[in-house]
Order: sequence, then C-alpha cells, then structure tokens
Amino acid sequence: MSINRRDFIKKSGLAGAALTLGLYVSKSAQAATIVKAGSADVELNAWISIDTSGKVTIINHRAEMGQGSFQAVPQIIAEELEVDLNDVKIIFGVGNEKKYGSQITGGSSTVRGSYKQLGQMGASAREMLKEAAAKKWSVDKSTCSAENGQIIHKASGKRLGYGDLVTDAAKLEIPKDIPLKASKDYKILRKPMPRQDTPMKTNGTATFGLDKKLPGMLYAVVERNTRFHGKVKSFDDTEAKKIPGVKHVIKVKMAVFSHTREGVAVVADNLWAAMQGRKALKVEWDDTGFPHHSTEQLYKQMEDDLNTKEGLSYRTMGDVNRILSKAEKKIEAVYSTPYESHSSMEPLTCTALVTDDSCEIWGPIQAPGWVQDDLINVLKMPREKITVNMTFLGGGFGRKAFTDYTQEAALISKEVKAPVQVVWTREDDTNQGPWRPGMMYKLEAALSENGRINAYKFKMAGQNMDHQWPGADKMSYNGSTTEGFLEPLFERMPNYSFADLPLDSPIPVMWWRSVYSSTNGFAYESFMDELALAAGKDPMEYRKMLLGGKDRYLALIDKLEQVSGWKSRGKNEGYGVAITECFSSIVGEVVKVSKRTEGGVKVDKVWAVMDCGWYVNPDIIKAQVEGSIVMALGAATKHATTFKEGKAVEQNFNTYKMSRIQDTPEIEVYNMDNDEPAGGVGEPGLPPLTPALTNAIFDLTGKRIRTLPFDLEKV
Amino acid sequence: MAKYTLQINDKSYTVEADAKMPLLWAIRDLAGLTGTKYGCGIAQCGACTVHLNGNPVRSCSIPVSAAAAGKITTIEGISDDNTHVVQQAWIQEQVPQCGYCQSGQIMAAVALLKKNSQPTDKDIDAAMQGNICRCGTYPRIRKAIKTASKMMAAKASVK
Repeated sequence: MSINRRDFIKKSGLAGAALTLGLYVSKSAQAATIVKAGSADVELNAWISIDTSGKVTIINHRAEMGQGSFQAVPQIIAEELEVDLNDVKIIFGVGNEKKYGSQITGGSSTVRGSYKQLGQMGASAREMLKEAAAKKWSVDKSTCSAENGQIIHKASGKRLGYGDLVTDAAKLEIPKDIPLKASKDYKILRKPMPRQDTPMKTNGTATFGLDKKLPGMLYAVVERNTRFHGKVKSFDDTEAKKIPGVKHVIKVKMAVFSHTREGVAVVADNLWAAMQGRKALKVEWDDTGFPHHSTEQLYKQMEDDLNTKEGLSYRTMGDVNRILSKAEKKIEAVYSTPYESHSSMEPLTCTALVTDDSCEIWGPIQAPGWVQDDLINVLKMPREKITVNMTFLGGGFGRKAFTDYTQEAALISKEVKAPVQVVWTREDDTNQGPWRPGMMYKLEAALSENGRINAYKFKMAGQNMDHQWPGADKMSYNGSTTEGFLEPLFERMPNYSFADLPLDSPIPVMWWRSVYSSTNGFAYESFMDELALAAGKDPMEYRKMLLGGKDRYLALIDKLEQVSGWKSRGKNEGYGVAITECFSSIVGEVVKVSKRTEGGVKVDKVWAVMDCGWYVNPDIIKAQVEGSIVMALGAATKHATTFKEGKAVEQNFNTYKMSRIQDTPEIEVYNMDNDEPAGGVGEPGLPPLTPALTNAIFDLTGKRIRTLPFDLEKV
Repeated sequence: MAKYTLQINDKSYTVEADAKMPLLWAIRDLAGLTGTKYGCGIAQCGACTVHLNGNPVRSCSIPVSAAAAGKITTIEGISDDNTHVVQQAWIQEQVPQCGYCQSGQIMAAVALLKKNSQPTDKDIDAAMQGNICRCGTYPRIRKAIKTASKMMAAKASVK
C-alpha cells in the first residue's frame, strides 16, 4: 500500500489540498522534476500542500533521529515559499522511494543531497501563487511580492492569503528554473530557528518505535544466537509456555548480510510476559563450522597483515616504497581503534503487521526504501503492498539503516498472524551488532628537509563493511582508506599510497556515525601531529604550511587558532588540534587538557570550527557538533566492544560505559559562513575530536596514545 | 498475578500484573503512559526516571508491587501543556536531539531543582550523572537547568 492522495489528505489533516507540489524522481532521470497534483505522477508525490484555508503542510521525507532533518527540510522549503515556519505543519513521509527519491538517512545526506531541489519547489509554489494573484488583479506579476503567506500588490495595497489563491494557482504550469534567493536575503534559513519537534520531546508525546501500539498487538522478544552464525539445534519451551500471557514460542531467523541469524521468539500479550518467557526458555545452539574469534586474535591478525602484506591499493601516486626505503627522515606509527556498538538510547524495535497480501511496518527506521527492498524478496510481495512508517528514532547512528530487525519482525508477524512489536532488550542491542569495525593502521612517511611530506604510506587493517554482502568480491576496495582525509593534501604529496587489508570474521560490522572517518581520522591526525613534531614545527603552523594556498582550509585554521587561543596558552595546559574532512564538510577541533591533582588528565575545553558550506540552521549545526564531540569522547575514553570465544563481552551500560554529564567538557562551536556546496552536519564533527585529544595529551605529558580506548584518569 | 491500584499523576489506575513486573512496564503498557522510556532495564541509564513520592527513581528496577502504595509522577504529570519551568527551559535551550532520554532527564532535573533551586555545576553533575544521553546533549542540559533555575528565581521575585 503506497500513499495515495486520499491517504495524504487524511494524514496531513487537510480538508482538500488545493495546491500540492512534489518532487518526482524517476529511476531513469538523474534530476528530480517538480510536479503538481492532477498529473498521474503526482498521486505519488507530496511535499508541500497548501489548502484553501491557507494552511501549509510540508512532508519531511527523511528519518528524524536527532539530527534535525525534521526541521531542516521544512526550513528550506518555507524560505522560498515565504511562509512563517510556525504556520507550517510538518508530517513524516511514509517510506516510498518512488515518491521521495532516496530516503536513506545516512551519510549526512539530507540537506547536502537535496537542498537545491527543495528550494526550487518552494520557489515554484510561490511563483504560481504570485501569478494567480496577478491574474486576479490584472496586474503584472513582477509588481507582486510574496510575504508571510500572502501575495501583496504594493501599488494598490491589495493582498491575498495563499489559501485564496491555491485553487487558481493549481491550474497553472509549474515555472522552471526560478533563481533561488541569495543567502543575504534569507529570513528563515541560517537562522537558529527552534526545532518544531522539541515540544513533543519535552512532554513525552513524541512517538518513538517502542511507543507504537496497535489493536491486538502482541509483543515479542527473541533469544538470538550470540555467536552470529550458529544455528538453533533444539529448544525446550515447556517452562516458557507456562508464563501467563505467552502465546507462541517459535524459531525465527533474519538475514544479517550474507548469513542467517537464528533465534527463538517468545510472543506474548504483554512485553513483561514475553521477557519472562524468554528467561524460562532453553535453547541449544549448533555453533560449529565458523571461527569463534576473540579480540586478541582479531588484532593479532590485523597486526600480522600490516607487517607482512601490502594490501588492496586504493589510491596511489608516485613510488612510495622507493622513497621510504632511501629516506633519511622516516616516521612510522601504528594506531588501533576498537569495535563499537551504536547503542542508541532507544534499543532496536520494529512493529509489523503482515497479512496474506499486505505488510505494514512501523519503527525507528533510517532507510525505509531498503526495508521495502528487503521485504519484497522475503515476503514475495510487490512494493506497493509494503508500507513502511518511520516513527521518531531514539537515536540511529547508522544502525537503524540496516534491515535485520525489520525483516525479523515481519516474519514473526506473518507466522503468528497478528500485529507484533519486537523489542530488543539493551543486552540484545549491545551483543548482537553489527558494530563499527575495529581497525589497526600502519602509517609511514618520509619528510623532505623543510618538513614537507615526500612520501606517505597508509595501510588499514580491519573488516571491510562491503565484504559481508552476498556474493561480495573480497578482493575489492571501497575507498574506505581515504575517508576523512583532507582532500587538498593529496596534491601536496608527490608519493602516496592508501591501501586496506580486509579482515574476515563472522562478527557483523557496519557504518557507525561518520563511518570509516570515525577511526581513520584518529590515524591521519595523530600521525600529522607526529609529522609536525618530526619537522620541528607547531602542529597548527605545520598544517598551514601543508595547506598553503587552499584558502577555505586556511580560513578554518585561522578561525580555530583565534577562538581557541592556541598561541596564548598557559604553561600547564596541553593543546591539541585535528582537522578532518567527512561527507564534504571540514571540521577542525582544538582540545585543551590539564593534569588532575589526583593523577591522570582532564579535558577542560573543546573548540570546534565547522565548515559545512551552504547551511540551514546554525543552532542544529552547533547541537550536532556538540553531540559528535560527546560521542567521540566516549568512544575514545569510555567504551569498547570486545569479543571472547566468538561472543561480545559487553552486554549493557554497566560494562559498555557511556559518556555522562560529568565527563563532558565545555564545548564551543563555530560555523564558517560561506556558500560552498552543502556538506554533512550530523557526522563530520566526530572524527577530529579523538586525535585532537590525544595530541593535546602529548602536548601536556609527552605521552603519545596510539591505542583506543584509554582511561583519562590513568594517563 | 494480582491487582494493584497505582496513583499516577493524581489519577488512579487499576492494573493486573505480576508482582515482579517492573513499574516501568506497568506505566507504559498497562497505564498506557508511554512518555517514560525503557533504556537498559538495570538502572544504569535513567531513561525510565519517574518520581515516587517526589523522589526520582528508576522505574525499570522497582517492582510494581513496591510502587503501588506511593504517589507516582511521570513526564505526563509535570504539566499538561509544556508549561513547567524545566520544560520551558528545555525548549528555550533546544536541548533534545533524538529526544528519547529527555523524559528521564527532565524528571531528574525537576527533582534536583525542587531540592536545590540554585544548583552549581557540581550539583548538576551529581544529580544528572545517572542519566545517559547518547546524542550528547549534556552541555545543553547543564545550561537548561541553570536557565530553569533563573526562571524560578524570576517567578519567585514577581510573587
């Protein structure tokens, strides 16, 4: 069941939408076209709708997991449409790629991927309303202007609300190529507009995945194999079925990349009963036929690979090995980063209602289109029979773009023939993965006499996320080795090589906020600090030298230097800097540390400068960078997932320890103001924090930290 | 299974539950108040924070039988229109990102300010350290608690 016009009207609460514009992205066309109600395609499109009372409804097609797309998408449209954001009703789109184009909320892509099209759509609607008014008043359209939901004819003082014009406007052709406003004329964009989802999140009314209730809904918890590839040999549900409320105990499975994860689901009429039933369940697993890795084994393998193999070469220039072999000044370092769990505050959950000929899904979902793609195959149902509803996401960070939990829920609902909410306990969420892959890096460089990089060799060992899919070519590389690297540096190095050494393990891995940059950044920017030291230069000056002539980068460094007081630092203060480039945004961070009287170091302050180019809402940028810093700090100093005999050791927040309020330093965030192409906002603030921190610790103590996580109190 | 009458937000809810069922599930699934969230089940994250007789407690770790005699306040009970000073401060400082942990954060902050209307950074850290926010809204939580404190002082001086 895909959304049609009637559903849209129902969902939006519009009595009779008179002007509805949407973007239509055909599979063959590269660019989206703007279409309106009435044409065949428009049944499948709805982004802006204005009804005869003048009420504006904007559909947000992207998942809202905290990053602010709920606000950003409407903010872009409202700017060009000339309406007050407070008068706009925002609703979530239902998963439908045909209608909205890609809805995969990942790669910090919501704004950077579609801001021009969104603006165009708002502008188109505005121009149509102007034209309708001009015709009504028999005046030239150019003498009319739009403001605050009205079209105004200044000379005569006439004005009409959008609601009075929509019926006529809907009959007009959609104008093409309307110039978008210059940034200096923005009224809504680039302003710290409060998020419209905030009030719902301060009074408990925002509906998250776990808050979904359906009539007759059953609850399920699943005892899954914690060795990932093992099979259910047998299970005994005698005791489980004695728990009042338990209705079904069934063997279940879900695809996790190219493997099938098996488990036993306990389905009950309330969640507590299901949980009790699961406790009483006895499952015997067959865990033969695949390795049971431990953390030590995995890192030993990575280390061996780094020392003995050249790897899959992704990007090379010149002859790095020849230069390194005869170099007088050669620097070498090995860094390692742990496996990490996403650990969204809302554990995974999915509610499914599968009948003989339809499927409806509700949940915290980052990629509704992928959920449909998956269920088409699994349920053997056409796309239009599969509806995917995105609730608010209680965090995502990449994990909720995967389709294992949605598939499992659909299969359970299908089998028990009832609506089912599958709830992952915190333990399930922590011990099932997929995780951010653990990585080990070996970097080597040769410097010329003036300190410039003559040769740079980067090798990355660890699991390649792309190698897990069915039929994947395990000899392929995916560009992961350069994610996070400052693009202009490539030009400044006559010889370089970036290669990866993929590790094979049954442990499932996947993207985690800022993906490979989250770990690569630590290697690149720690090493940069080591190179600066070898060159005898201040780390900030060293970067300026390497990036000479690249004004955008130099402007960011200047800003960072100025706001952090880099040059005027005190004697007992350690300062560290790191700059990474991720999803087309450049972020630089400076961390200040000092010694604790009781031993170890403490993080006093972090300054961040974000250059994400064209942007929407400075306050959301600030919030996202703050959050990225807190998350990175946790991964650097608090938590890691380790494995023993093929299972994750950490199970809950008592052992997978999260950053808390008392661990959080003062954070100052600055945003560069420019009109460069829009980059990501939700993730790029994360990678530079850790190297800036360890570089600061080196500055203070002379101790170089190359392995994460580490305990600040024990430095 | 037994019958319990829960006093939640000055309303009585009669529920039938296993005596060991955590208060959290009674609030969410039996009383239908879903503003209180499940985060960890072992009193480590604070997402399930409610007030029991005015004190902040982790509802995931209190059996419904132990809460039946008390007066329970959830996020839905601190105001019905977002007018509580802490909610106002949360909105002003734009605290929530994903928002999932914020009911618990707000309940912890309300309890703190009730006891200590002018908390220092240290007081805030001590009172709020049981509440995890994976989005990292801590700097804004700190700011919002101070804003709420100022709002309270301003209100008091008007009176």
